[in-house]
Amino acid sequence: MAIWLNKDSKILVQGMTGSEGTKHTRRMVASGSHVVAGVTPGKAGADVDGIPVFNDVASAIAATGANVSVVFVPPKFAKAAVEEAVDAKIPLCVVITEGIPVHDTARFFQYAVNAGTTRIIGPNCPGIISPGVSNAGIIPADITKPGRIGLVSKSGTLTYQMMYELRDFGFSTCVGIGGDPIIGTTHIDALEAFQNDPETDAIVVIGEIGGDAEERAAAYIKDHVTKPVVGYVAGFTAPEGKTMGHAGAIVSGSSGTAAAKAEALEAAGVKLGRTPSAAAELMRQILS
Amino acid sequence: MDLYEYQAKQLFGKHGLPITAGDVCSDVDTAVAIAESINGPVVVKAQVKVGGRGKAGGVKLAKDPAQTREVADAILGMDIKGHTVHKVLVAHAADIAEEYYVSFLLDRSNRSFLAMASVEGGVEIEEVAVNNPEALAKIRVDALEGVTPEKAREIAKAAKFDEAIQGQVADILVKLWEVMVAEDATLVEVNPLVLTPTGEVLALDGKVTIDDNASYRQPDHAGFDDSAADDIEARAKAMDLNYVKLQGDVGIIGNGAGLVMSTLDVVAYAGEEFGGIKPANFLDIGGGASAEVMANGLDIVLNDPEVQAVFVNIFGGITACDAVANGILQAVDQLGERVTKPIVARIDGNNAVEGRAILNKANHKFIELVDTMDAAARRVAELAAARKGA
Repeated sequence: MAIWLNKDSKILVQGMTGSEGTKHTRRMVASGSHVVAGVTPGKAGADVDGIPVFNDVASAIAATGANVSVVFVPPKFAKAAVEEAVDAKIPLCVVITEGIPVHDTARFFQYAVNAGTTRIIGPNCPGIISPGVSNAGIIPADITKPGRIGLVSKSGTLTYQMMYELRDFGFSTCVGIGGDPIIGTTHIDALEAFQNDPETDAIVVIGEIGGDAEERAAAYIKDHVTKPVVGYVAGFTAPEGKTMGHAGAIVSGSSGTAAAKAEALEAAGVKLGRTPSAAAELMRQILS
Repeated sequence: MDLYEYQAKQLFGKHGLPITAGDVCSDVDTAVAIAESINGPVVVKAQVKVGGRGKAGGVKLAKDPAQTREVADAILGMDIKGHTVHKVLVAHAADIAEEYYVSFLLDRSNRSFLAMASVEGGVEIEEVAVNNPEALAKIRVDALEGVTPEKAREIAKAAKFDEAIQGQVADILVKLWEVMVAEDATLVEVNPLVLTPTGEVLALDGKVTIDDNASYRQPDHAGFDDSAADDIEARAKAMDLNYVKLQGDVGIIGNGAGLVMSTLDVVAYAGEEFGGIKPANFLDIGGGASAEVMANGLDIVLNDPEVQAVFVNIFGGITACDAVANGILQAVDQLGERVTKPIVARIDGNNAVEGRAILNKANHKFIELVDTMDAAARRVAELAAARKGA
């Protein structure tokens, strides 16, 4: 079952003929995902390992029934690409691209909200994987196996680290929601979906400095989540006013600190690990 | 990137916002010349990217060019909260009847934009927000609809601006939103926006933050970056490395922003046990962790005189650990004699066993392999403490 990505997911890749697009299409296919189409304007008729390429998202959907799009196009063209996917009413659009101007993201996000037919994950994210079932993005598929833990994280490598720490338990779905200031899918969206997913027993929430998404997630957990939640927050040592790698990872004045996030999550009953390994250990104790 | 006040005002002027006459300079003689051309009282303002400069004595009035010389001489070179004043803005000192506040900012929580406006300006707006929240109007701005003249009127009205000036304020808000969009800003703030005794509304002080992701379509913004060419951050930037200098003893290299942030924390925790050893930097060499980037990263980190030991923390996701291990060896080979400090490496994930075997076989005298992140953090803190104490 998993969340958002399952055995019926048919993936199309926007920007499939670019080097990253081609590389990760091959990885997705190798991990058993159904990649049915690529989209590159002006390249209709081409193919990548036999997967047909179309000029636009609408004709790719019409020909293949694709219901998930993974976007690899460069920042300059990302807004147009996402809006095209929204126009074609694709249910899920996963934006891997890093470095999109935030005004562009704000606009395509609002565009998707207004249309009401597309969930956006990202941008600047590693994507989403339901291990052993489907993989939409760049998360390595061989870290872990199918299982009953759900994971939501702003960070790609911390997602991989946590999947690895708990690889013997396995995961239902892991969602990398991305490190940008504006993202299409939040911790709360994922928490709600995991709470409602009968194949998920427990949830790992990974957060980092910047914004107040973790505080809001804590409030949501307190009121709506009955499954056990383990958390980890990165960036306690981050100085104020410095962007730590992710465009959204910045402490502004007294807001967005790791301490405030950790406090809010703990107050909501989330068991927090001081290090990723410690958080994984807490999850082991819950599941054993 | 946060801009200096004078840069913010350049952008305001470019988009037609009413600002006071003035110019920026870095020496006293030019300050006097600017005051002479203004031909009236001026205000000399330290250009630093930190709040509270007025209280620190960085903003002073001068009634004539002679006094401008005195004041500029005092402010140039002064230290404000660790920031040396290299430039001053010399601007016409407007007569002020009232002080207001207006801004637009990125609203991360609601994933749109927010207008904030208050007729109680000139003070820290955070104080108004806490002590007198009714005095601060907050209006959502839709990313697609933007700020139309009607929307601007709505904001001015909500902030209870006097009806006589609502039109002027609305006009300013429309232009300020134009700065926000056209310049790819994430914050544009006018504080104070003032009313002169003659009924003019002017943007007296401004703050602008621009989105670094938009630099490809904002070629003019490159000129705003004045970070000194000789510091470590600037050298790292020239090598295209994602580096932030911190105050500490353990150089950190990792792949992926989240993992590196986490590594800093884990080293700081482990360091508590060794007399407060702390991470010296943030350095994300990217998911791929290639040999070339690894070499550049090690070069930057090892050259930091504060660094006593280095922690290389890699999780092999897409890149296999054997490739990472070879990359580390190539990097230390390239650096040769310049490797003079212990390097603790933790490599885990894809092909970890093969990667560790490569490092073990190489048996490099400065590289020590530790299996887990927590144990490696403890070991590197221990090594740094020992060298620091020596």
